[in-house]
Amino acid sequence: MSALSRDDVAHLAGLARIDLSDAELDRMVGELGVILESVAKVQEVAAQDIEPMSHPLPLTNVTRPDEVRPSLGAEAALAGAPAQEQQRFSVPRILAED
Amino acid sequence: MATAVTEDVVDYDEALERYDPVMGLEVHVELNTATKMFCGCATEFGAEPNSQVCPVCLGLPGALPVVNAKAVESAIRIGLALSCQIAPWCRFARKNYFYPDMPKNFQTSQYDEPIAFEGHLDVEVPAAIGDGTEIFRVEIERAHMEEDTGKSLHVGGATGRIHGAEYSLVDYNRAGIPLIEIVTKPLTGAGKRAPEVAKAYVAALRDLLRALGVSDVKMEQGSLRCDANVSLRPRAAAGSEQETVPLGTRTETKNVNSLRSVERAVRYEISRQAAVLDRGDRVTQETRHWHEDTGVTTSGREKSDAEDYRYFPEPDLVPVAPTPETVERLRATLPEPPSQRRRRLQQDWGYSDLEMRDVMNAGAVELIEETVAAGATPAAARKWWTGELARRANAEGRAVEDFGVTPAHIAELDGLVRSGRLNDSMARQVLDGVVAGEGGPTEVADARGLELVQDDGALEAAVDKVIAANADVAQKVRDGKVQAAGALIGQVMKELRGQADAGRARELILAKLG
Repeated sequence: MSALSRDDVAHLAGLARIDLSDAELDRMVGELGVILESVAKVQEVAAQDIEPMSHPLPLTNVTRPDEVRPSLGAEAALAGAPAQEQQRFSVPRILAED
Repeated sequence: MATAVTEDVVDYDEALERYDPVMGLEVHVELNTATKMFCGCATEFGAEPNSQVCPVCLGLPGALPVVNAKAVESAIRIGLALSCQIAPWCRFARKNYFYPDMPKNFQTSQYDEPIAFEGHLDVEVPAAIGDGTEIFRVEIERAHMEEDTGKSLHVGGATGRIHGAEYSLVDYNRAGIPLIEIVTKPLTGAGKRAPEVAKAYVAALRDLLRALGVSDVKMEQGSLRCDANVSLRPRAAAGSEQETVPLGTRTETKNVNSLRSVERAVRYEISRQAAVLDRGDRVTQETRHWHEDTGVTTSGREKSDAEDYRYFPEPDLVPVAPTPETVERLRATLPEPPSQRRRRLQQDWGYSDLEMRDVMNAGAVELIEETVAAGATPAAARKWWTGELARRANAEGRAVEDFGVTPAHIAELDGLVRSGRLNDSMARQVLDGVVAGEGGPTEVADARGLELVQDDGALEAAVDKVIAANADVAQKVRDGKVQAAGALIGQVMKELRGQADAGRARELILAKLG
């Protein structure tokens, strides 16, 4: 894996809606780089004859019948919301003004 | 972007002289399962906001999804009905994005392992030449399982749109409802008929999904949604193959919520892109929004590259691996394909191609089928549903189903005509009564005193009276001008307040003046 660039981190920060200062960007390039290097070590262990896995258990077709189960109820669902209005979750402006 | 900019467009026919349109259609269909894709929350439309949510569909920490068995079966049945191959093993994937309509910050979807792939759907479109129809084969790239998103209300700003809004309110009832996304391969070769092909494809898909019973397929409620990708490429030079010309840059138009809009939106996008290319500019790859009221598309966000979604296999779900036995069991549940069914019904009913097309355009195939089953002749069923009721519905901007007239009513009305109790104009009056809610046809005919004069004596007396009063016309008929008898028949009908058998009146008049 090629090294993470400062531009890569700025791009990711943009997607994540996280505002990073120049100093923070520099720090994150280093910190994320270390994480990526550590993960990359796994690839040294993985041999050609080992299939990549997405789940630790060799199971398939775990399903449930199409039967309704009780929901939380709006009050409980909204209890943890920082802000609510009209029985809905209130979220900050989605698009920046342009 | 506060105001929509009116963009230049090129006349459609002119655009087609210089450019070849290529389309890709993505249809999202909400399944009609009782519960969501990964949790047991109900899926009822129009419920109180956030009343059908739980830790799984709210993405609360530690909540684990479990796949809805019926949704997987519906997905496989849809794939089979589209002549797709069914994956013997496939996984879900996380599609990561940052938008509050999914509380998890990702949508559980399928990426490079769709449950169904490589299929096709044959659709009927008006023939390039002549009045008939011809088959256009739409190749299906894939059909995959995913979940729907929540619904946002945008507050502040003038229009309720996301642009200029101060904040948004989100209802997660819809988040997690099973969706199947059906993606076509690039549709080439439609040429000028591209908008019609797009509409016919969505209509055929809707009919198919309805026949499968897997969805409500109500475009106006959003249970069937279409995104239309359109691009233009230059027309090939004379003597060279159009297929060798590389594809142009595409736009993806969303918010296309009716069959008519599918056709209009594709047509508009062709005219708009042609103007961009004519100016020597490049088409911007972006998402555009269709506006039903103004009939234009406007620019939305620029399209993310697929990598930006950082797809990866969903670690909380195990693979779906339908056995061949399961696939064959589901294949045995497929209904007769709608196009085959239409051909069979057309043959049974003895309709011409044009008549069948009218019936299909009026959306009256099922109504006529039920009416014939209730005892009406196919010709009468067609006449009443497409000639009379569809005409009224069009004129009044209503749906045929809204009149409260049932197939049983029409069969009963046809019975009254065939038994000789009513003539055509009386039958129309009876229908007025049924539409007005006065009861069934027999009831209305009784209440309004509508009944043909069956007594030849009364009819003969009226004929004699009319001949005597119109001696000049009668003489013309005697001299061989048979068409003049029409005026006399009209008088006789008037004399009997319309309650006579016009055919019998004609016979009597011609016999007397023969």
